[in-house]
Amino acid sequence: MTTTVEGRADTELARSRQPLKHRLADRGIDWSLLLLLPAVLIIGGLFVYPFFYGLSISFEPLKGSNPLSNYTDFLSDPYLRDSIVKTLRLALPVALVSVAFAAPLAFQARRNFRGRQAITLVFMLPLTFGSILIAQGMIRVFSDGGWINLLLQMVGIPKQQLIYNYAGTFIAATMVTIPFMFLLLMGFFGGIDRSLEHAAGTLGASKAARFWRITLPLASPGMVTAFTLALVEAFAVFPSAILVGQPDNATHVLTLPIYAAASQHSDYGSAAAIAMIMTVIELIILVVLVTVRNRIYRGPATGGKG
Amino acid sequence: MASRTLAQTGSGFESLQMCGVSRTYGRTRALVDLDLELTRGEFVALLGPSGCGKSTALACLAGLQPLTTGSIWRDEVRIDTVPVEKRGFGMVFQNYALFPHLTVQKNVEFGLSMRHVGRDERRRRAAAALDLVQLTDHAAKIPSQLSGGEQQRVAIARALAIDPEIVLMDEPLSNLDAALRIEMRTEIKRLYQERDLSVLYVTHDQEEALSLATRLVVLRQGALVQSGTPKDVYANPVSAYVASFMGYRNIFAGHVAARAEDGAVHVVADDLELVGRLVTGGGTDNTAQGTAVTIAIRPEDIRVAAPSAPNAIQVMVEVVEFHGRELAVRARTNRGVAIHFKTEESVVAGHPATLCVPRDRVLVFAR
Repeated sequence: MTTTVEGRADTELARSRQPLKHRLADRGIDWSLLLLLPAVLIIGGLFVYPFFYGLSISFEPLKGSNPLSNYTDFLSDPYLRDSIVKTLRLALPVALVSVAFAAPLAFQARRNFRGRQAITLVFMLPLTFGSILIAQGMIRVFSDGGWINLLLQMVGIPKQQLIYNYAGTFIAATMVTIPFMFLLLMGFFGGIDRSLEHAAGTLGASKAARFWRITLPLASPGMVTAFTLALVEAFAVFPSAILVGQPDNATHVLTLPIYAAASQHSDYGSAAAIAMIMTVIELIILVVLVTVRNRIYRGPATGGKG
Repeated sequence: MASRTLAQTGSGFESLQMCGVSRTYGRTRALVDLDLELTRGEFVALLGPSGCGKSTALACLAGLQPLTTGSIWRDEVRIDTVPVEKRGFGMVFQNYALFPHLTVQKNVEFGLSMRHVGRDERRRRAAAALDLVQLTDHAAKIPSQLSGGEQQRVAIARALAIDPEIVLMDEPLSNLDAALRIEMRTEIKRLYQERDLSVLYVTHDQEEALSLATRLVVLRQGALVQSGTPKDVYANPVSAYVASFMGYRNIFAGHVAARAEDGAVHVVADDLELVGRLVTGGGTDNTAQGTAVTIAIRPEDIRVAAPSAPNAIQVMVEVVEFHGRELAVRARTNRGVAIHFKTEESVVAGHPATLCVPRDRVLVFAR
């Protein structure tokens, strides 16, 4: 505020006298930026370019001259249009259940106990399988004569149809998502300083009060992030929708008409249009969730230096 | 029933006692058969190096860690099985442990809302606690907007807002810079005097312990070594270990050369020959010639003197540090034994000097 005009001119003069290299380094520009090059090339070549190429061909229908006809065709066909609802009906519960299932486990695993590593390992195994292997296993375990149904019968519950329908895809997708959520949430819960719970305890907070008033509020941004990722993951469900689902009806999710258009009808424009619709829906959900997360609390999860 | 009385304000409490408390983690013994008492109105400082078990003792008392053996009593009530939230102690943590998602006001109100205190009463008491630490203007901020010293004051206000009968402090000043540490130290002493608190204070800083406490408890490897008023522990440490904590910076390994009159002993450490006072600490008075001993002298007790003075030490001055009112000097004897002392006289590095120590300020501990 009190700097005189001359004083400012002086500093500017001094700055211009420094070598170019120093001035660039001042703004964070140096040779190490070249390390970014491979990533930039890969993203540009394999993601940005195909995305815009897809966007442009989605406006070039095979028949007719209306550039929007790929979109209107999809949205006016009730069977195809319904796949939006079916995707949401699958992805939202999958994300919700995975977070709800993984959160308590991650909360427990934030501190050390005997066997923690073994449990963590078991939870991470499904990550290494891939959805096809899981689907193959599920066909045996959940079939009419599989042990799940035998178990149900033993306790007096009638046989359930757990594969080749909505339940099958739901179970398969949840199984793949839970380990992701577990790993993510373990980091979020582990990042919360334990002394905060201790402090709350000395101030008279019971175990439940410590969880609801301290741990959960501090973990909730992380839980929303985890939910967002689970949702994105579940949105792209494809193999399990075919292998253990009912791909022509209950699990006719958005990825199926995309595959059909591109691979069975060689109509890439139409496939791209459906993919764009899927992208827009996902973006809307992401914006909503990020807004929610930023509203909750965005700050440190520790109570001071330490 | 017990929990209700515990959560109440300070009436009734006369003394808090830890009886034979041990705490073992795997093979490490953090506390070994520790007896500790805090009577009403006392300010007890638990002093020791890191890993001596002082923080563990505090955590056991607060209920944050279970005891392996022993018991804790508040007057006639056994409290070591009472969960942390029912003990009603105020606790101040080393890293402040403020709730980062709550405002300063809500942080201070937290303990009160856990006690289901009504909103108006809660506001009034939180305001009073914030006023006490002079942070009224910061009530609406969240902790990360405050400086370290302010955060620690909020932590103190939060602990005091519940009107605890006992306040536990776990190295509350160790994360602050030097100037702020001294200021907050005075602040804690003021609160202690004004609010008539009973405090158990854990620290590794002897200056902090000496300036704050009414009683000092020195721990070593989870066991009590010495307990007494700061003045007493400072002047008469019972062992070389306590002495090293009480500013006896000159510590030499030596042996007894001869027994002198009235409890004094002649000791030799390398080329140092001194007459000192044997500290037995209640044990046997073993001063046979040749007994290995540890000799402890405080830098402040050494003076520059004439060569004929009793207990004289001939040295070469090596390093002189200017400390404002006085000089802190390191000198060496002919055979290279380092001697630290403080003096107001002008001493020049590279020159010889003669030092002397009163014989009752040369403490000799049997090893």
